[in-house]
Amino acid sequence: MITLTKDTMQIVREQDVVPFRNRVREYATKIGMSLVNQTKLITAASELVRNMLKYASGGKVILEIISKNAQSGVRLTFVDEGPGIENVQQAMQDGFSTGKSLGLGLPGARRLVNEFNISSTPGQGTTVTVIHWKHGR
Amino acid sequence: MDNNNTAQLLQRKKREILESWMNNQLADEALRDDLISNEELRRQSEELLEALLKAISNGNFENVYSSEYEQITDILSDVSVTRARQGFSPRETNMYVLSLKQALTDTLEQERRNQPEVLYREILMVNKLLDNLALTTFETYLKGREEVILRQTDEINEISTPVIRVWDGILALPIIGTLDSSRTQIVMENLLQEIVNTGSSIAILDISGVPAVDSLVAQHLIKTVSATRLMGAECIISGVRAEIAQTIVHLGIDLSNIKTKASLASALQLAFGMLNIEVRKAGNSRSLK
Amino acid sequence: MERIPILKMGSFLLVTIQVDLYDRLALNLESDLINMVSKTGARGVLIDISAVSIVDSFMGRILGNIASMSRIMDAETVVVGMQPAVAITLVELGLTLQGVYTALDVEKGMELLQKKIDLYAPQSEDEEEQSPDDYTD
Repeated sequence: MITLTKDTMQIVREQDVVPFRNRVREYATKIGMSLVNQTKLITAASELVRNMLKYASGGKVILEIISKNAQSGVRLTFVDEGPGIENVQQAMQDGFSTGKSLGLGLPGARRLVNEFNISSTPGQGTTVTVIHWKHGR
Repeated sequence: MDNNNTAQLLQRKKREILESWMNNQLADEALRDDLISNEELRRQSEELLEALLKAISNGNFENVYSSEYEQITDILSDVSVTRARQGFSPRETNMYVLSLKQALTDTLEQERRNQPEVLYREILMVNKLLDNLALTTFETYLKGREEVILRQTDEINEISTPVIRVWDGILALPIIGTLDSSRTQIVMENLLQEIVNTGSSIAILDISGVPAVDSLVAQHLIKTVSATRLMGAECIISGVRAEIAQTIVHLGIDLSNIKTKASLASALQLAFGMLNIEVRKAGNSRSLK
Repeated sequence: MERIPILKMGSFLLVTIQVDLYDRLALNLESDLINMVSKTGARGVLIDISAVSIVDSFMGRILGNIASMSRIMDAETVVVGMQPAVAITLVELGLTLQGVYTALDVEKGMELLQKKIDLYAPQSEDEEEQSPDDYTD
């Protein structure tokens, strides 16, 4: 797997969400992703970035265009230094939320992208990595 | 340290290796000069050899997964995927790497004529490395072929999901064959787009041609119905056969929120009712008036 | 502060969302709309999202809230013009906007609202009684 383009964005306020989504769209358009796949990726990104703002009051996102076996895709890595997640498995379940939300953020985002990885250390922070390939599989 | 020695020797002999490799390739009966020109082959070969010599310059002949070999893996992937698409056979594709092995061992044999132990060790090492690379080539070759198959599947999917405008405001979509997730995706996209294009408010999904409905297929159907509703249109599922109704109930799938009909005709009738359309025989209506 | 304009058309309110909403804007819209419903005694709310390319769970919750709040105040809500890509993504996300009516475009949304209101209005009752089975004689 090789990285073709790489960029980092700081997310500290809710006003950063829309510019961030536009940047993700820019990346997805660059590799010729179809509209439906773009929408899925951006929606997942939006969920994750909201989580980051809500629970860790911000963090950074690394945006990359990657290529593997002649297929290109977009990889997003969300890194925060928030309180972390005690029970990752539980947080990945539909309808579970410690806040007042619908609890669709993490599990919903996982359903929208091709690859989803989460690691979290309580007290240190959470890292979520998602990959969506050009053809959506 | 010994490895570095070998790497330097090969670096010095680069020209000769390339020549002998080219000769090997051109001499082999598996050469496909109808598919690739000699100039193109030379350019490809030179690029790969250069990358290989760079990769081994630190004495790493062992670990092809390390960062030094990234460029090689990329070039090889590129070459084999392209060749798979162009219709090269596996043998013809792998010959490319294996003939480089021949060229490398030939060169070592000449240079180390007086040091049999060194030669033995080096040949083993080079063999192992090139075998590894050949395996990589073969793997990506197969992936390239899989891609061709996937693309064809896509094309078949595309063809096999027509959206028909049966009436003003009513669309019908006959599904034939198994409904898996990628197919559902295409069905949904086509259907929703057609709803927008025609401004239709009812869509009939006919599943007479779906061999079996398990919980996964049912889930896909439910998703399609939900998406249609989000757009502001209603979805009717028709063509539900007896055995399908049985499995649905036995599996405990809840379709109570979805309008289902046994045949396309009765679904159409329901749709007419929903749109307040009356259809009757011309003679009949005249006699009424 | 930026606000989304709300138009009054007869007994309906019409909102056309033209920009990607950031959170504050969406929350403002929610409270503005409810205030308008209460002030004007509107019977229906039309929200046109045909220009919206991303609806995430936050946005979905706002739409759901508007519908539930208006219903308490005796007004129905119709969301119109959802993009196909958005609909597919919402279903995958697990958000089906329960309790929110949908329509293809503003015109069809108006029809739907009119029908819903007529259904509950007392004067339409005698029409109701004679409607079925009149083709048999």
